[in-house]
Amino acid sequence: MSALTVVPATQVPAVWAPVVLAVLGALALAAASLDGALVARTAGTPVAAGAGGPLTQGARLLRQRRRTTLSADAPLWRLGTGGLLVVAALMIAVVPFGPWTLSDQGIGVVWFNAMDVMVWALVWLAGWGPNSAFSLVGGYRWLAQALAYELPLMFALTAPAVAAASLRVGDVAAAQSGLWFAVWMPVAFAVYLVGVAAFSVQGPFAAAAGADVGGGILAELSGVDRLLVGAGRWALLAAGALFAVPLFLGGGAGPGTSGDDALGAVWVILKAAVLLAVLVWLRRRVPLLRPDTLLEVGWLVLLPAALAQLLVVAVVVVVRGP
Amino acid sequence: MLLLTAAFWALGALAVVAGAAVFVVNSMARATYALALSFVAVGMMLLFFDLDYIGLITVLMMVMEMAVMALYMIMFMGMNPALMPMSMVHSKRSSLAAAIATFVVLAGGALLVPWPARRGAPDADVTHALGTALMGSKMLVMMTVSPVMVATIVAGIVLAAPRTRYDRFGDDLRARPAKDPQPGGAGR
Repeated sequence: MSALTVVPATQVPAVWAPVVLAVLGALALAAASLDGALVARTAGTPVAAGAGGPLTQGARLLRQRRRTTLSADAPLWRLGTGGLLVVAALMIAVVPFGPWTLSDQGIGVVWFNAMDVMVWALVWLAGWGPNSAFSLVGGYRWLAQALAYELPLMFALTAPAVAAASLRVGDVAAAQSGLWFAVWMPVAFAVYLVGVAAFSVQGPFAAAAGADVGGGILAELSGVDRLLVGAGRWALLAAGALFAVPLFLGGGAGPGTSGDDALGAVWVILKAAVLLAVLVWLRRRVPLLRPDTLLEVGWLVLLPAALAQLLVVAVVVVVRGP
Repeated sequence: MLLLTAAFWALGALAVVAGAAVFVVNSMARATYALALSFVAVGMMLLFFDLDYIGLITVLMMVMEMAVMALYMIMFMGMNPALMPMSMVHSKRSSLAAAIATFVVLAGGALLVPWPARRGAPDADVTHALGTALMGSKMLVMMTVSPVMVATIVAGIVLAAPRTRYDRFGDDLRARPAKDPQPGGAGR
């Protein structure tokens, strides 16, 4: 802790929140567009139309009338569908963009973890709300998956914090001035990315919204609610990529800057964009994973791997000295 | 400052109202998440005491816990979201008496006990102080509590699970892979 003489981040007033939200929104839209383009390329349809798909779909959903079901639990349903975007926005409040951060909390890593646990409740509520069997199956699948990925994710988040001897996100970024944490703790980085894809209900972890249960949590969603869930899932993936930058990818440091000026903010966004593109590409390459098989993999493979990684990091920190 | 005070009291009111809603609503899901909301409000109030870590961990643990608890509540009640509204209370008279008695004892204690004046000052970094205490002077407590908790969980599952290792691995415990109704992903 005392070895860190750099003061990495100054807290900016809340009026900057729309700028940070715009960055998150742009990244989420870019990810959705890239995914649309990849789908179009595979299907052999015009790539430009595929890339514009998220926008046209969004416009269509905004005009669509809201469909409802018999005896739906509307308050809990709306909470589940609307909450995902809010959680994604709250996650990145602690991400330092170069020298600036919206909320310079002493325990930003725990904040991120608390926000990703919110998704546990929200996705299940989205499945519970409509009083529909397929939606509820999706909600239950989701919680089984959540039990599989959450603990490995928690220990993956712990590793960079142990190495930096701080739970402050800015300190974690500053502690990587020599070597990115992604390089010397690759297992933690990989488990973290699994966790990000899983809490975004994306790609191989989208069983809760699987086509085999008629869309699961999406089965009864229409109009603006469907748009909010779709946007929320992409925003969660983008928020996970943004948070990975200070945690594993050296924060704002890059050619031309040590991360403490405006160029640092540009580097943070660039690194997040590249990581996000990789995640979007990967999500199409890996088949859907069943939550019940995932449970054993999570507890017998990912969790021991993350713990072993944590042990290695702890030993390195003790030998090297704080 | 005034805004902070107002926010603190608003959160307190939210915690109490959401806590009361647990007994008023007519579905297990609503009751569970009303309780979660109450805990989230309490966790956020802790942030006002600069107990950042404890506050956030309260939010984290309680949301996780309630998400799992809702499953069990609904599993045992076998209900649909709203098709089968049901009362969230039973043994009304005795539980009301117990609740009032508990409230009087706790509130009376809080008001009537001559609390000592504060000695010393909080640590500059309370999260660090908490970690040092848990890993230092309170280590014995933690090392006692952890095995007891793990033993409780394992014993609970052993008692509740209908299938034993003989069902999984055969009479001589040599069948591999295990015979499970749901095959796991790691092949065990």
